Formats: sequence, structure tokens, C-alpha cells
Amino acid sequence: MNIDITGSFKEVTVVWKYIKNGESLLIDADKCTGCGTCLEVCPHSVFILKYKKALINLRDACMECGACKLNCPAGAIEVNSGVGCAAAVIGGMLGKKAPDCGCC
Amino acid sequence: MEYTEISGSKIPLISAKLTLADLLGGLMVRFDINRNNYKVRPGLYGIGKPGQDSPVLVTANYKLSFDIVRKNLEGLNAWLIVLDTKGINVWCAAGKGTFGTIELVKRIIESGLEKIVSHRTVILPQLGAVGVSAYKARMMTKFKIVYGPVRACDIKKFIAGGMEKDAGMSEVSFNWRDRLAVAPVELVQSSALIAALIILGAVFSLPFDKSYAARLAPLMIQYIAAVLAGVFVFPLLLPYLPFRAFSLKGGVLGILYCLLIAFICHISFYGSLIMSFITIPVISFIAMNFTGSSTFTSQAGATLEVKRSIPVMAVVFIAGISLNILKTLNILGGH
Repeated sequence: MNIDITGSFKEVTVVWKYIKNGESLLIDADKCTGCGTCLEVCPHSVFILKYKKALINLRDACMECGACKLNCPAGAIEVNSGVGCAAAVIGGMLGKKAPDCGCC
Repeated sequence: MEYTEISGSKIPLISAKLTLADLLGGLMVRFDINRNNYKVRPGLYGIGKPGQDSPVLVTANYKLSFDIVRKNLEGLNAWLIVLDTKGINVWCAAGKGTFGTIELVKRIIESGLEKIVSHRTVILPQLGAVGVSAYKARMMTKFKIVYGPVRACDIKKFIAGGMEKDAGMSEVSFNWRDRLAVAPVELVQSSALIAALIILGAVFSLPFDKSYAARLAPLMIQYIAAVLAGVFVFPLLLPYLPFRAFSLKGGVLGILYCLLIAFICHISFYGSLIMSFITIPVISFIAMNFTGSSTFTSQAGATLEVKRSIPVMAVVFIAGISLNILKTLNILGGH
């Protein structure tokens, strides 16, 4: 599961890591019903299921997109989601609004 | 346009075959031409000979997304719901909420889907989960939301396999082809930066005398090649450059670039120093902007990176301009 080959010209499982990734991700183990929805929607295989609970396995790979929080039927996940785009962040600072981009 | 009649509704049929115009349009948006106005009309479409049992898929109304989906549905009989995402692709639109629960529910109800199909399942692209709450949409429509594969090319296999995803179907890949595919847009979006560098080079080469062109040409090559390194070489080398912050990775690439150019072109120490101070921040900045094209960066990380690195880039860049002024005025003895 925890394969850590950072990119290759061959098609291998890549774990892309980034600064501050996944720092705000929290699972409330008491609320978690172990349904596995977070495993299904996560684009970077951050979660694993163990003892009928979702656990964070690859925190560094979490881009904080928020799909798990939005789709958790038990409301057991917390994460501060947003676009991870420097241009949007700069635009947000200049316009003093929340980071947003016209580009994508 | 052809239509199919089912349960009293007339549903437009679309082809799985892309025309030359579709391919050209797709190529243009890859270069940021007409990219913000490349839309299809939202609503329900049929593909092949869809019936009551045919699967229902959902996509965005960015025409490039729509074309990729329908191309990959060739030979299948299916329904396709196109959400109004303002011409934005699924993942980005989901991040903004336009590919969202309310829009999905609205399209399912407005299209009269419950009368058209006998089953109660709708397949969404997995990346739509960033904007859609599946359990809430199900409560509102009685349709079960199934997250399909990330990539349209896996849809047929996914449906044939009884809507089961294998490992590769839910992973977002970001291989060198994916990374290069987004580079042309970065190039076009760097056009203001390129223009600024051309002006800078033109000013640096003053005064207008017989050897103006001889001073201008190498500067132009240094600056344009630096932008190209940031736009094309950086995405290729992304996994191999040290550090996690893109601006630091870009800084490393900038240093390598300057060493290479100074070596190949036999630039003087002072000239190399000025080149480094100008081009390293440029490459670092372009690299940092690649966070927006990448598939794995958090907003918290991007914010930290912008706050820490922009002041450094600015200071180094201004130092480069100052050094060049000193050189022009011959204060430091020139060569």
C-alpha cells in the first residue's frame, strides 16, 4: 500500500507529496461507520480501512480537495478544502477575496 | 440533429465520432485559445440506441470533457447528462461547486430521467465527488450516485465489469504526458512575463549603438530559454527535482539552467551573476504557477509557498536589475 516511488517514466504507482498536504484532515473515529465511501472518492488513496474504521494512511498525498468530507454520510471527516493553485492564491491576495481562479 | 423518443420525451442523440472541427477545437483549447468559451448546451443526451435499461452518465459542459466522454462511449448505448459547469472541466468545476449536488439534482429532475430509465443509478466521474454529495443527491432524487472511473477511457470497462473499479481506475495519474499536455497553456499564460523580459532585455542592451544587436541577442536567448525551461522542462523534471515546494524545485532548475547556459555560452562571471538573478526567480515563479496545473497540491501549501517565496523572488530580481545598472554605468569595472 505504502509504495513510495516518486515518479518515473514507467507507469508505476506514484505518491505525489507536497508541503502542508493533509494537515487539516481529521477523521472522527467515533462517528466513522466504516462504509468506505472516503476510500472510493479519494483521488490519491489517502485512506485505508482497518477494523471497520477509515484511517489516514498517506497524509502527505492529501491535497485537501474535500471529496471525502462532502461524501461522508456519517459526517465523520473534517478538512479545510480549497484550490491548490498559486496563481489563484495570488489573485485572492490582490483582490482580497478567497483564492479563486478564472483559469480552470 | 437526430432525436430519440422515449416515454413521450424527445432526447437529442449525439455521435461518438469526433469531427475534424472537434479535434481542431480541442487542440486550440490546449493552447488556451477560446478555452473560456468552449461549451456545449447542458441537458440530457442519448448516445447509440439508448433504452430504459441503458446506463446514465454525467459530465461537465466543457466541450473538451464532453468530446472525450462521448468518444469513449463508442459502441455503447447510454444516456449522458451534461451539467452546466460554465464551460469548466469536471474537477475544477467540482472544486468551485458548479459541478455540484444542486446542479445534478436539478438536471436529473428537469430531464424527467425517472420516466426515461427503469433503473435508479447514475454514474458520475469520480473527480465530481469534490463538488457532489452522493448521499444527499440520492435523498433528493431517489437515484443512487455511483462514482465511476477518473478517466473516460475506463468507462466501458467499468460498466462491463458490473460497475466495479479496479485499482488504476480511481487513481489520478500525473505522468510525463499528462504534465506536458498542460504546458502549452502555461506558456500562453506566461506571455505577459515574456513581454516584460523582452522589454527588460531591450533596456539592458542600451545605448543604441552599432553593437546594440550584439548585446540584445544573447539576452533574448537567455530570457526566452529560461521561460521555456520553466514551462516545458520543469513539468518533465517535476518528480526528480528536490524539495516539495514548487518554487524551490524551480529554483534548483534555475540554478542548473544558469550553470548550463554560462558554461555553453562562455558568459563572464559578472554576466552570469546578472543572468542568474534575473532568470532564477523567473523559472521559480513559472514553476510555482504549475501548482495550478498539478493534481496534488493543497491550498494551504500553495498559500504558504506564495507568502514565503514571492518576497525572495522580488528581492533577487530587483538585485539583478540593480547589478545590471551598475554594470552599464561601469561602476564595478564592467567585464
